[in-house]
Amino acid sequence: MTARTGAMDAVWLMYRRDLVLAFRHWDQAAQPVVFFAMVTTLFPLALSPELGELRQLAGGALWVAALLAALLGLEFLFRSDHIDGTLEQLLLSGQPLALMAVAKVAAHWTISGLPLVLVSPLLATGLGVPTGALCTVMLSLGLGTGILSTVGAIGSALTLGLRRGSMLLSLLVLPLAMPALIFGARAIDMAIHGDTARGPLLLLAAMLVLAVTLAPFAAAAALRISAE
Amino acid sequence: MWRGERSVLSGLSVDAAAGDCVHVAGPNGSGKTTLLRVLAGLLTPERGIVTWQGRPIAADREAYGAALSYLGHSDGLKPEFTARENLAFEVGLRRRLSASAIDSVLSRVAMTDSRDLPARSLSAGQRRRLAIARVILTATPLWILDEPFTNLDSAGVQCVTDLIAKHLDAGGTALIASHHAPAVPRHAAHRLDLA
Amino acid sequence: MNWTWLHRLSSPPHAYRITGRLTPWFGWPALLLILSGLFGGLVLAPADYQQGDGFRILYVHAPSAWLSMFIYATTAIAAAIGLVWRIKLAHGVAAASAPVGAWFTVLALATGSIWGKPMWGTWWVWDARLTSELILLFLYVGLIALRASIEDRDRADRAAAVLAIVGVVNLPIIHFSVYWWNTLHQGATITKFGAPSITGDMLWPLLVMLAGFTLYYFAVLMTRLRAEILRRERDASWLRTELAA
Repeated sequence: MTARTGAMDAVWLMYRRDLVLAFRHWDQAAQPVVFFAMVTTLFPLALSPELGELRQLAGGALWVAALLAALLGLEFLFRSDHIDGTLEQLLLSGQPLALMAVAKVAAHWTISGLPLVLVSPLLATGLGVPTGALCTVMLSLGLGTGILSTVGAIGSALTLGLRRGSMLLSLLVLPLAMPALIFGARAIDMAIHGDTARGPLLLLAAMLVLAVTLAPFAAAAALRISAE
Repeated sequence: MWRGERSVLSGLSVDAAAGDCVHVAGPNGSGKTTLLRVLAGLLTPERGIVTWQGRPIAADREAYGAALSYLGHSDGLKPEFTARENLAFEVGLRRRLSASAIDSVLSRVAMTDSRDLPARSLSAGQRRRLAIARVILTATPLWILDEPFTNLDSAGVQCVTDLIAKHLDAGGTALIASHHAPAVPRHAAHRLDLA
Repeated sequence: MNWTWLHRLSSPPHAYRITGRLTPWFGWPALLLILSGLFGGLVLAPADYQQGDGFRILYVHAPSAWLSMFIYATTAIAAAIGLVWRIKLAHGVAAASAPVGAWFTVLALATGSIWGKPMWGTWWVWDARLTSELILLFLYVGLIALRASIEDRDRADRAAAVLAIVGVVNLPIIHFSVYWWNTLHQGATITKFGAPSITGDMLWPLLVMLAGFTLYYFAVLMTRLRAEILRRERDASWLRTELAA
């Protein structure tokens, strides 16, 4: 009889497992990024091709697009595991469920959040954001998508297996994401105008820390409830 | 215990010790799956308590989970992973595994030839056998099996009952829900009728 | 600590009888208080120096806003009790309160909008308080929608409980963020909800209305809780004997 896997080893294994699975379905994994690019393109089409005007809204537009794209990907966080029965096994695996949730959220962010962040400088430039602000754009969206993945996991766990679950998921997660939206878009705006965005960025970081500390427990509780 | 608006499983008491095999019997809808899920800790009964080694399972869910293997209606396999990958990841979360351990358990369920095929291209019977392999590989004292013989041919049924017998020989406990009484060699099953 | 008294009190037959008896004790005083508060606010209180008679809507707006938050907190606490101690009645309180809270939020938004029209010339501004109330409304709607979409009553109760707790933790964060966001964009129009400087004869009707609304909530809660108990226990034998009597 071999030794039990330690909790941290299990976290790493879970993370790798989700990444491997995502790569086998890379067409599905690419959807959030494509959606992000398309929604960002909607703004110039709807408003004006003038970069000067777009620059005023760039922070908000990028953030709203990222939020919607992240919501799109959230539904799948636990869904496939729920359908094929592996989630059940995870509940019974003897590993702390909150830690397993952290692993899955981290994998989810790597697959759907990180690509958004990497693509954002291109899209931001398209909206008239000066080069000096691009770093802030990436940081703001990086922290923001992290918060979204973490808090969204709770919504995803609560709405597992429900009909029209994706609509309900958005309904539940959006109000919780509004504070992050406020500070994230503000950070980009400040950077565009040449001010340092340290204040909002630090607040975003604080929100992320709070989310990562508390949300996994809520998600774990929600997973147990949904598995019944 | 309530299931939606229906009340099932009232007034039940189950006891199992090491080496015991309990066969949960009853027609469809009598609550076999519900009972097994309650015993596995997936469902919480309205009244009543489940204890393992004298302690209620609610006190330390993780320790209880580490001591049991559950086989439910779904096989608990990722369709995208091969048989080996499934075992490596799913059981690897619980126990350190070596490649040889995985190969040996696959041969015990007669799956050696299909071990590198993705699970979605396996037949239903092969997937069930792979699920049983998962149960064996986790090497826990308690097995809770819900309809383990579904989709298995007679050779498969024979194979699985032998494996259950070996588990009981080694002092393990098995709770099996099944339409037909499992003919486990060397061990007589206590029958629990839910009709 | 022995909690059996709580379990006994929250047993459905007990709760059913008690809520039935308590409803008029909350209802009539509520009516009295609201009527006197309205009289004091609409008739007796002097017109405000700046806002004239328009400020009187404060007497409905402020209590509704206060109550919308109070009810959310109550819902979350009841849900937490139900989740931790597995008391079904607590879940019933949470289920019964959420729609009432949502309606108070709508009332607060509507009266806020009406109050603002003579001052700002538009029916809506993104004032910090109004925006906060709007997000609170979204939280309520999410709670009600989640409970409604899950068929299994137990799972619905517990999922809604988790959501309520998550929401109540987020509420201060949302409040702070919205206030901060609002102060950034002061601009030319002063959009702060200036409550007029309150004198004594303006204050007492406000407190009376607050008390009246709160008692009204309790009265409605008792009635709705009774209905919840009826719905949840409809197959129970105690109910059949109770109704036959």
